[in-house]
Amino acid sequence: MTMKLGIPSKGRLMEDTFAWFGARGITLSRSGSDREYAAEVAGLDGLQLVLMSAGEVPRDLAAGRIHLGVTGTDLVQEKLPIWQDNVAELAPMGFGFADLVLAVPDFWVDVRGLDDLDAVAASFRKSNGMRLRIATKYHRLVREYLARHGVADFQIIDSQGATEGVVKNLTAEVIADITSTGETLKANHLRVLDEEPILRSQATLFASRIANWDGLNGPLTQLLEALDLQRPDGLF
Amino acid sequence: MASAAARAEAARLTAHFQAAGAISVEADLLQPAEVLLDLYGEDIRGRAYVTQDPVRGEVMLRPDFTVPVVQMHMSDGAEPARYTYEGDVFRMQQAGTGRASEYLQVGFELFDRDNPAQADAEVFALFNQALEKFSMRCVTGDIGLLKAAVEGLSTSDHRRAALLRHIWRPTRFRALLDRFSGKGPDPKGRARTLDALAKTPARELVDAVAEQPGLRTASDVAARLNLLAEDASVPDLPAAEYEAVGALLTLSQMMPDALEELRDISKVLPAISPAISGMEARMAALKARGIDPANLPFEGSYGRTNMEYYDGFVFGFYAADGASPVASGGRYDALTRVLGQGREIPAVGGVIRPEMTALL
Repeated sequence: MTMKLGIPSKGRLMEDTFAWFGARGITLSRSGSDREYAAEVAGLDGLQLVLMSAGEVPRDLAAGRIHLGVTGTDLVQEKLPIWQDNVAELAPMGFGFADLVLAVPDFWVDVRGLDDLDAVAASFRKSNGMRLRIATKYHRLVREYLARHGVADFQIIDSQGATEGVVKNLTAEVIADITSTGETLKANHLRVLDEEPILRSQATLFASRIANWDGLNGPLTQLLEALDLQRPDGLF
Repeated sequence: MASAAARAEAARLTAHFQAAGAISVEADLLQPAEVLLDLYGEDIRGRAYVTQDPVRGEVMLRPDFTVPVVQMHMSDGAEPARYTYEGDVFRMQQAGTGRASEYLQVGFELFDRDNPAQADAEVFALFNQALEKFSMRCVTGDIGLLKAAVEGLSTSDHRRAALLRHIWRPTRFRALLDRFSGKGPDPKGRARTLDALAKTPARELVDAVAEQPGLRTASDVAARLNLLAEDASVPDLPAAEYEAVGALLTLSQMMPDALEELRDISKVLPAISPAISGMEARMAALKARGIDPANLPFEGSYGRTNMEYYDGFVFGFYAADGASPVASGGRYDALTRVLGQGREIPAVGGVIRPEMTALL
């Protein structure tokens, strides 16, 4: 048995992940041509690297196809309804920071917080005959957040990318998206609400509670020692 | 899937409702999502099974019967009308709660314009009878009292409307009530907005931002800014009214004692007097049907969660404290107004879950 670690297959997130493990004495590297999704590990026995899209890491952790995975807390919490039952958070990794925020057109100078948003949703519905549209790919997180804060008369519109553009295209009035600097929002004449973010996300190392860990106590112990981490409750 | 015992129990309940003059009706398993979403809000998406049909668009596995039965009645029903139905409904449940996501409901709905007190009592008595062989705790309430109380508050139309809109969201309602009474914090950023408004006219503030994308227009924004300025000068709700609404919300007594307390509350909030008379008439109608109101618990806040469309008399029957109700129901006149597009028909009804009674 080997312990499978799923990590993002591309770009900055992959490089930062390699660096994070490297700083802890575990060298991860790509092997083969740079188009081939293959990778290898040095410094720890019994660990196999799997390169995959960061968006698929939560699903594979919950299905038990990988034992460990690196992805954003936002993706885990959006895609896994009761995520604590499926995965354990081993370590926040200190990069890939992004906040999930609500943003409205900048010229909505009457809207500062959720209270205003709720009031605008009510009058928008009255004058436009439809519920205020909020474009996002984080359906569940946004819906639960708004319900928890007593905001009514909104509807979620699916937007899988270029979400900042939907207001100009008249497909939604408000957006909820991940932002790190807010530059794209500003360029699209949007402004973040004066509220705490719906979620503060960063790249995080997760362990699957679903995967078959039989015979993997040794490699896991070794890994946790190398990374100076506590064993999460309920894993062995 | 329901057990044989539950099916038999459902058949017993259906026969009980039929014997009371109800016509059996059915409803499609797949319901158009649009109507239900507009009615219940986006939250229902987290509670109902939504799927996509290439032609009909979004559809939902029937989360309840009330909406299709009301639609059916309003398109071609004679009045007064009594309907009963029996079938599965589907609700997504949080994992770990152990609650069923597919379960049987047997229901009864009464559409009657003439005498609301009699109609309320008829429905309650029918449910009470159906369940009397089990020992069950019952709770009643009346959302109409709270609505009337809010409608009579000494504050602006705008503030009354905001409170009415959130009657079914208790946390939000309380926050608004506190703020309108000078006891809660102002909304985030409101002071800044008002400061800016004091120096610059609303329209200029809006037009200071050149790009104005989206369906909401600059004049919408300016109009709301002016409304905020106006709202800032609305005096706080009188302390006596604030206390009276609080007393109404926490009221928990047997019906006759509750009635006495409500009469006290009406000294400060006379707007609830008609609703009190309605409650009195309902108590008399219950008594005439052999149900002693002195044995019926009444709670001022009952029915404010999970039952968004109820707006008058409400009731629930419980086998154990803290469990979901075995049966629940109430009056939903406003729902028929929304679905009837200008027409309305006073309606009261409820459902029983035979899988739960079969276990008792």
